[in-house]
Amino acid sequence: MKTKKLKISRIFIYVILIGGVLIAVFPFLWMILTSLKTNAETMTIPPTILPKKIRFDGYVTVLTKLPFLKIYANTIISSVVTVIAQLVFCAMAGYAYARIDFPFKNILFTATLAVLMVPGTFFILPQYRIINKLGLLNTIYALFLPNLFSAMGTFLLRQFFMSLPQELEDAAYIDGCNRGKAFIKIMLPLVKPGLVSLGILTFRFAWNDLMWPMIVNTSTDKMTLSASLSFMQGQYVTDFPSIMAGALMAAVPMIVLFAIFQKQFIEGVAHTGIKG
Amino acid sequence: MIAPVTLGLIIFYFYPFFRVIIDSFHNIGAFDKDMGFVGLQNYQTMVKDKEMWRALGNTFKYVAIIVPLSLLFALLIAVLLNAKVKALSFFRVVYFLPAITMSVAVSMVWRWIYNGDFGILNGLMTAIGLEPRLWLSDKATALICISTVSIWTNVGYYMIILLAGIQGISKGYYEAAEIDGATGLQKFVKITLPLLTPTIFYVVIMLIISTFQIFSEIYMMIDVKAPAIKFTQSVVMHFYRSAFSYSKKGYASAIAVLLFVIIMLLTVFQMKMQKKWVNYD
Repeated sequence: MKTKKLKISRIFIYVILIGGVLIAVFPFLWMILTSLKTNAETMTIPPTILPKKIRFDGYVTVLTKLPFLKIYANTIISSVVTVIAQLVFCAMAGYAYARIDFPFKNILFTATLAVLMVPGTFFILPQYRIINKLGLLNTIYALFLPNLFSAMGTFLLRQFFMSLPQELEDAAYIDGCNRGKAFIKIMLPLVKPGLVSLGILTFRFAWNDLMWPMIVNTSTDKMTLSASLSFMQGQYVTDFPSIMAGALMAAVPMIVLFAIFQKQFIEGVAHTGIKG
Repeated sequence: MIAPVTLGLIIFYFYPFFRVIIDSFHNIGAFDKDMGFVGLQNYQTMVKDKEMWRALGNTFKYVAIIVPLSLLFALLIAVLLNAKVKALSFFRVVYFLPAITMSVAVSMVWRWIYNGDFGILNGLMTAIGLEPRLWLSDKATALICISTVSIWTNVGYYMIILLAGIQGISKGYYEAAEIDGATGLQKFVKITLPLLTPTIFYVVIMLIISTFQIFSEIYMMIDVKAPAIKFTQSVVMHFYRSAFSYSKKGYASAIAVLLFVIIMLLTVFQMKMQKKWVNYD
């Protein structure tokens, strides 16, 4: 009796989970299927599920009408630079706030925490003006400059450094390490989960962000993927295969990256909940 | 060692912070031209701005729909995945997929699914004998449709965080409960839920902060000139349009200040409330 009841509840669990999988996957499937249809086929009623004939018109439109490779490059460069800079700067500052005493430490740290509390949108107008004053609108630098510095990253890594025992570092000093060497050789490898978390969060943000890249760079060859997709949707309103081809091509790199670094992604996100 | 971050924060965050507050008392027009101090005028405009009030109302609706439902579904899936299911890593990866996909791309495909003329959703409605709808232009459905997209992306992300939280709970509690003959539901209500409250608290705070700034889904799914913008636009969308479509940057700064104050109050309120329900031992 008991095992039967258990079995039914098991089946019930799988039914819900598989239902969820269908909901999670369907939009991706629909993106692919639509991108392979002709424009005329997307406008039939009722809609066809599978393309009658596989066509790549949508991809051709995207690749010929937009400087898509340039846009890919812009997005990759800006995301990678942002991640690297944040990791380096935040690790240094996070370590200093966790382990070194220096003048005005408390005030500076409180100020950094305060930035953490403010929604990102809040800073955009003056940031835009600074970039404009520097003459950097419509350049690749505009895409990442304000994002190189992160209060969140500094705080996150400080938490990771704080959780390491002081003895580890002391032992390194006894062995003749100086502070720089101890930081790089001993401490940094130990906060690797923190670095991975921050790297993934930052990459996801930089890759996705829409408002900032949209306002600073308006010429098509300086845009990021998300901004150019929004531009494209405005231009090719009812050309659904092209729109879906563009969306798919923009989504794929992140999905490939996720497929490769699955474990790191999932652990990285899980860690933010534990340390935050 | 703190020099790069501190310098960067001063230029791109501390200075802008005070600048926005000052600007909110100025009249700033196209090309960032400052036309002088105007006192509280921007704030007075805001109080009288019907669009602003609607945007604020919409934003609260987004929060009221997206936050609880994202949490509920994320928790449900996390709990089910924790029940020793087969192919755990397959499920985790698939559920996480929406969360790592560019939100702009996600919004585009959903807009196409919702399309009033040729969308697959209406195809489905017709197939089962229901009336097709103009999902994204209809006042009754537009905001809910946008919220659905946001929930769809949130669930997998927060599920991962909640699942990690559940797995962090010591097995000893469950073993003790099993000896006492507790059922699955009892174990969930008496053990999992209370011990998970710190993680739930974190998830709720993150969800509120991100939902309050909802922008790209709306921007990508609703045309700025469409009448539907009235009952779908959020505070951040109104901010964006004021600053970059109408070049009223002083006014937009005042909106930014309001946004900040509301998020601050909500967070402080949450922090105060947490003593009542969050378990830290």
